[in-house]
Amino acid sequence: MDLVDFPAMGRSDLREMRIAIDGAFREFTRAYGETLENIFHPIQLLLVFIEDLLIDSPWILVLAALAGLVWALGRNLKIVGGTVLALLAIGYFGMWEDTMRTIAMVAVCTLIAVVIGIPTGILMARSDRANATVTPILDMMQTMPSFVYLIPVVMIFGLGKVPGVIAVVIYAVPPIIRLTNLGIRQVPADVLEAAEAFGSSARQKLTDVQLPLALPTIMAGVNQTIMMSLAMVVVASMIGVRGLGQPVLQAINNQYFTLGVMNGLAIVAIAIIFDRATQAYGKRLQKHLEAVHG
Amino acid sequence: MAEATHDIEIRNLYKIFGPNAAKHVESVRNGMTKEELKAQHNHVLGLDDINLTIPAGKIQVVMGLSGSGKSTLIRHINRLIDPTAGELLFDGQDIAKMSETELREFRRQRTGMVFQKFALFPHWTVLENTTYGLHVRGVSRREAEERARRWITRVGLEGFEESYPNQLSGGMQQRVGLARALTNDAEILLMDEAFSALDPLIRTDMQSVLLDLQSELKKTIVFITHDLDEALRLGERIAILRDGKIIQQGTGEQIVLRPKDDYIASFVRDVRRGHVISVRTIMRKGAHAETPVTLPASTLLEEAARAMTNAEVSRANITGRDGQHVGMVTLSKCVAEMIAPDDTEEVDPESQVA
Ligand SMILES: Nc1ncnc2c1ncn2[C@@H]1O[C@H](COP(=O)(O)OP(=O)(O)OP(=O)(O)O)[C@@H](O)[C@H]1O
Ligand SMILES: [Mg+2]
Repeated sequence: MDLVDFPAMGRSDLREMRIAIDGAFREFTRAYGETLENIFHPIQLLLVFIEDLLIDSPWILVLAALAGLVWALGRNLKIVGGTVLALLAIGYFGMWEDTMRTIAMVAVCTLIAVVIGIPTGILMARSDRANATVTPILDMMQTMPSFVYLIPVVMIFGLGKVPGVIAVVIYAVPPIIRLTNLGIRQVPADVLEAAEAFGSSARQKLTDVQLPLALPTIMAGVNQTIMMSLAMVVVASMIGVRGLGQPVLQAINNQYFTLGVMNGLAIVAIAIIFDRATQAYGKRLQKHLEAVHG
Repeated sequence: MAEATHDIEIRNLYKIFGPNAAKHVESVRNGMTKEELKAQHNHVLGLDDINLTIPAGKIQVVMGLSGSGKSTLIRHINRLIDPTAGELLFDGQDIAKMSETELREFRRQRTGMVFQKFALFPHWTVLENTTYGLHVRGVSRREAEERARRWITRVGLEGFEESYPNQLSGGMQQRVGLARALTNDAEILLMDEAFSALDPLIRTDMQSVLLDLQSELKKTIVFITHDLDEALRLGERIAILRDGKIIQQGTGEQIVLRPKDDYIASFVRDVRRGHVISVRTIMRKGAHAETPVTLPASTLLEEAARAMTNAEVSRANITGRDGQHVGMVTLSKCVAEMIAPDDTEEVDPESQVA
């Protein structure tokens, strides 16, 4: 027996298998593609709405609103100051519109990730069976190269905003699921027992005790989700998502060094803003949990 | 105010921890010990044939060393732990058989609980913590806060309503725990080593707070402790647990005077006997003495001795609850009982000549 060459299935068999699977998937796309597109159409509408709102409003108002949001989250003047300076620089260097598109994209992706992620995390915290089922799926979502799942997404939806959002959400939703699960499981058993002793129902325990006590951890998940969405903007631009990713892609293809660096720095700047604001919010939530006495 | 009117009757209660608990009840009934159950089946015997009537409106103390099953027992009363076999009767219902909804209602309306490690909700203020039981029941916020404020004042925390638990000392946190349980206004109060985590001085303080409240509230209190002094101070009835079994129950006096075995004897050896035993138990029934001193039968030995020494006499007459003469004691007998090591206890009081 030949021990050097691996006894692989025949080349022609392999090809036939691939053709069969691709064919079946194409069939599926043809049959259900439109239905799926219709289902996901509201995402497109939402994204376009936020984009238009940010781009068509007077820039000074948008700047004030973003600064106000950062203040509301972090209650920290330094972070607000940094935000205003960074946005002014971005506008001055002509990246205002692309930045607004990227912010709209990240906001929508984060919103969807939260809506999917928190209930999934709650389910995993409640049931060990769900935990055991979902965990490997999350592992796969986080390690599978994103280009691989871009293929079926593009086959179904074509190029555009919606496939971009789907790709980003697949990539960015795992941390929020994991950290919601972790946060709820970390709630001290004695506090839960107290809630139970006073006759709380399962729902009361969840809303009164588990979610509030898990909130700082959940916020850490939201923070990671935002960071990961931002990291995906360049990849998403390959399938037609407009924003800061597109000039970067263009710069790679044409070796425009300055263009690449400028847009790259803009991505970094809004990443830092989002990160500091959400972290400061998380810290504020945790204020009363730190033990002062034994 | 919910004054307690129903005893809690625990009948043939067994708890075995492990996946096949029900299968092993029969062997335990037939005398299998905790060690054997652990060695042969890897199950833990938590409670072994508990029979206990917890009287309405009284403080029932459950005492025992670590691992003896105290927490397991008290958690059966509000069924935070499900029994493996047995009944827990209260107001014509078996707590062990309540449906989930009945159980929730029972916990909400009839019980309050105080925990060893306080178990306060860290994300809420003192006031929010205290209203929790009423919040769960759906009582309006305004009414809940009004009722909670009364109890916060009663436990001495006025002015701290808006503080968070982590801003308070341990003693103050447990006052919050107590206020939270009392605000429920329920007739059963469950306290699992509620004062064990506190410094001795604060602990005595909290015992006074509890006794003071109880003299007016008359709830059915189940109080867990591993401290004999605490048990004797608080307990109108005391049950002693070992390895999941009740090995003796009675009043503190009965247990100090007649410990059932060496284990309990070693527990009570260092106790201030004169502080626990009353003249009723050592008096010569029916006998009469020529003396100016007359004492009620519930007088403790220390007080009796002091009264006789102050009057410079060596005898005192004893009266019953209705004030009529029931017997007499001598000073020497009082002192002998106060310092009595186990051997002098064998002397028959009747044979002693005054
Ligand atoms: N969930 C459980 N699973 C298995 N064994 C348990 C469980 N809970 C308690 N036990 C066992 O039951 C016995 C009684 O425990 P319990 O907590 O009631 O003791 P305790 O008297 O309250 O002790 P402590 O003074 O340390 O609080 C112990 O042997 C303990 O190991
Ligand atoms: Mg215990």
